Amino acid sequence: MPPLLQSGAAAPAFALADTHGATVTLAELLGKPVVLAFYPADWSPVCGDQMALYNEVLPVFQNLGAEMLGVSVDSRWCHAAFAENRRLRFRLLADFEPKGALARRYGAYREQDGTSERALFVIDAAGVIRWSYLSPIDVNPGADGILEALESLQKDRT
Amino acid sequence: MSGNHSELKPAVGPNDHVQGRDDAPITLVEYGDYECPYCGMAYPIVKRIQARLGDRLRFVFRNFPLAEAHPHATAAAELAEAAASQGKFWEMHDMLYEHQNALGAKDLERYAKALELDRAALEATRAGGAPNQRVRGDFMSGVRSGVNGTPAFFINGRRFDGDWRDAEIFVEELESRI
Repeated sequence: MPPLLQSGAAAPAFALADTHGATVTLAELLGKPVVLAFYPADWSPVCGDQMALYNEVLPVFQNLGAEMLGVSVDSRWCHAAFAENRRLRFRLLADFEPKGALARRYGAYREQDGTSERALFVIDAAGVIRWSYLSPIDVNPGADGILEALESLQKDRT
Repeated sequence: MSGNHSELKPAVGPNDHVQGRDDAPITLVEYGDYECPYCGMAYPIVKRIQARLGDRLRFVFRNFPLAEAHPHATAAAELAEAAASQGKFWEMHDMLYEHQNALGAKDLERYAKALELDRAALEATRAGGAPNQRVRGDFMSGVRSGVNGTPAFFINGRRFDGDWRDAEIFVEELESRI
């Protein structure tokens, strides 16, 4: 398994389905920062799980000009049910077929579990990874690291 | 910057809601949501821990309402903050956790009445916007501190990622910091 992609690496391109079946590509999002949040699976059994937390912090990410995307190996149907249940206001992408292909390219796949890691990437407007973080699988990494990375991108621009 | 080393920002200060002595060797900060069932589970556990540790513990509560998941959480948090301006933050905090399945607007009114809050003053406080700002400020401080769900506990400024659901283990963890 290649290691997690680090700051300075070009972000591997992607074209994955969202919950409506529309294909979302990295290329179409460039021009603004993109946050890619890989997580192991939908339906985490805790209150305020990782995606629910990002949902709450979403206006702050958006104020920093960023596009927030959640990614797991779940299918788009599973994502749709999960997003509706948690009232998520950002898109979830299905890294479903071939399973985990995107996670593998980012060095964020867990062979032993067949899921992605809990891994975060902040990609700048030009498509370069500017921050990445691999969280212990059972620890929700929170939003502070993403926020600091986006703020430092904004500082670089001004 | 994230993950295991999350530190409380800002540190506990004069604006915080505090129970216990300022010179207590252990400070436990909870970021909580009045409608979150896990916070509801944590409520009696914290009470037990406070009884066990007495003057050795200072307990602080900050708001972290997950508003999308819990539609009543923000209004409840703002009510507790408004009650604080009448010196009844903790009474309202306890009232809300003891009735966390009934947090609609009518229920909140009932609790304000039960605690004999001055209704006109309460309205004026809320209309002034301070409780709303306070709750949002707490939430953002939680985000900055690496709060990753509720309840989130910080022991002497460091996020506690262990299991808080067993009061005995939690007390041991806290005592080990003295």
